[in-house]
Amino acid sequence: MSDATTNMTSDPMLEAIVGPTPGQMLRKRIFGHQGLMIGVVVLGILVLVAIFAPLLAPHDPYAQSLMARMKPPVFLGGTWEHPLGTDHLGRDYLSRLIYGARVSLMIGVVAATISGVIGTAMGVAAGYFGGKVDAVVTYLINVRLAMPVVLVALAVVAILGGSLQVVIVVLGLLLWDRFAVVMRASTLQVRGREYVAAAKAVGCSTPRILMSEIMPNIANNLIVVMTLEMAHAILLEAALSFLGLGVQPPTPSWGLMVSEGKNMMLFEPWMVLIPGAVLFVLVLAINLMGDGLRDVTAPENRS
Amino acid sequence: MSNTDTTQPVLELRSVSKTYTVKQGMFGKPKPLKAINDVSISLKRGEVLGLVGESGCGKSTLAKILLGLEEPTKGEVRVDGEVIGATDRRTLARRIQPIFQDPYSSLNPRKSIEDIISLPLRVHSIGDSNTQDKAVREILDIVGLPQRVMRTYPSQMSGGQRQRVAIARALIMKPEIVICDEPTSALDVSVQSQILNLLNDLRAEFNLTYLFISHDLAVVEHLATRVAVMYLGRIVEESSVGGLFDTSGHPYTQALLKSVLTPEAGKGVPDTELGMEYPNPIAPPSGCHFHPRCPMAMTHCATVPPRPVPTPEGHVECHLFDTENGHDTGTPLMREGV
Ligand SMILES: Nc1ncnc2c1ncn2[C@@H]1O[C@H](COP(=O)(O)OP(=O)(O)OP(=O)(O)O)[C@@H](O)[C@H]1O
Ligand SMILES: [Mg+2]
Repeated sequence: MSDATTNMTSDPMLEAIVGPTPGQMLRKRIFGHQGLMIGVVVLGILVLVAIFAPLLAPHDPYAQSLMARMKPPVFLGGTWEHPLGTDHLGRDYLSRLIYGARVSLMIGVVAATISGVIGTAMGVAAGYFGGKVDAVVTYLINVRLAMPVVLVALAVVAILGGSLQVVIVVLGLLLWDRFAVVMRASTLQVRGREYVAAAKAVGCSTPRILMSEIMPNIANNLIVVMTLEMAHAILLEAALSFLGLGVQPPTPSWGLMVSEGKNMMLFEPWMVLIPGAVLFVLVLAINLMGDGLRDVTAPENRS
Repeated sequence: MSNTDTTQPVLELRSVSKTYTVKQGMFGKPKPLKAINDVSISLKRGEVLGLVGESGCGKSTLAKILLGLEEPTKGEVRVDGEVIGATDRRTLARRIQPIFQDPYSSLNPRKSIEDIISLPLRVHSIGDSNTQDKAVREILDIVGLPQRVMRTYPSQMSGGQRQRVAIARALIMKPEIVICDEPTSALDVSVQSQILNLLNDLRAEFNLTYLFISHDLAVVEHLATRVAVMYLGRIVEESSVGGLFDTSGHPYTQALLKSVLTPEAGKGVPDTELGMEYPNPIAPPSGCHFHPRCPMAMTHCATVPPRPVPTPEGHVECHLFDTENGHDTGTPLMREGV
């Protein structure tokens, strides 16, 4: 900075290298974004809960006890033996919730990863190569958009039978459309930049250009779509399980818990409200994180 | 064919055309756009050919063809007399390198300066990481950047510094030919001359051949030995720099020269005082493409396309200079108006 006073700022050797690195700037923006921080913290807690489920759960989530059916949670006059009560088969509700986090997160992460790989490959190829490739991909996106996800998922699960694996694969194969649309648009934007032309002129192979010039510059959009689709997949799993066509009992899934509690909803509303609330919190946390990441990474390329 | 022959051009375009098909509106019919129309130019070793013309006349398209980034619709590109197809871009890359206009867009914002400059070495597997590191330090010295920039990112640098990085990347493989596509027009006026001087010094030091693209004749005069003037995809005049600035040539060149003398010269696209706007390249004017804006247009200019007329220094494509075809009758009268 003292260079400025010596009136020689136009000498590149003496000119100050201004500002922090992009990494430092990004870190500063991340920690300054409240919504993002809340989302990350809540999601982090839920991930830890899912990972350490066996240590945290007070009971075996599958252990039935016909002597202790539908005990209310402590705040409704229950005992600390079952802090969140028990379900209609006498299984500990808290333990099932804790294990249910595993199912939801697993569905969210794996389904979004499968669709992310499919959608990114299609979108980047369409955006970069254009022409016929683009025409084919655009056609496939339109076909996919014309299919109602829930109906197709219901039909496939009804034919193949519901299980965690089937739900994950079906959702993974259905949710790639937004990835493809967003990645295609971002690739179109980036491929015209001069650094891509420079890489071509240097003799870079096409895979290398895609991996080291295009991908790093569109990865922020990928992450944002990833969070959206994770939330999407988690909600769809809950809906499918609620309809009895998703994860099958006795697996502890939050959607299934809502479904099992719905018969008693008028008498014991907490049986529906508790799994519904954690589902809401998880999806909210993921969306807060996605929104925050978009805000934080968007202005990066302008400076 | 001997490469030591000094008259042998290192880089040559022979009757090259590039036609894009553009669609206007959603239901518009695709129409051909002749970005380059039957252009032949050649660069001799160590020379600087300036290419000037208004925005949209096809300068960048010509550069992309020379770099092998676009394939010509017609014609061929020759390097040392050998025809280059788009396939052997890797070989071409070691001999021809670009410097682009916008240093804010020509450096990948996600890569460190070291990664950006060493990319050509890594792509061509030249040396190990030690010698590559050394080469980067050397080239930083040559382009006048401190070594501490290696670990920084483009967003931390000024426009002039970034353009030096772009120059370093272009020169690290020791190419013979450098295509400079308006390398200073995105920079502050105070930095422009530094970069021009650097390019000039580097050319002398490494015996480089430049194609120097600009829309600013003043910049070209500073650097080039020969000048080609482009209009709507055609080279309408080619001459030595001295010849261009001394004698009265193509009316379009005259208009460009006048614009250099305006106080705003060197800033942005020149105000050519040609009145009417640059024509739509999809539907170029008939006959001589320049006739609607030409202050000296004659009747047949609207119908007959001019032929290239050889001059002592190059050629000019204008009916004023075409003494054959019986078109010379109006010439003396018109020239008094110059
Ligand atoms: N990929 C493309 N598809 C269609 N038309 C194109 C394409 N690239 C360039 N053009 C057209 O070709 C013509 C020449 O463009 P070019 O970029 O070569 O001009 P230029 O002389 O470099 O202009 P500038 O001074 O603004 O850089 C323009 O009319 C442009 O619209
Ligand atoms: Mg251009």
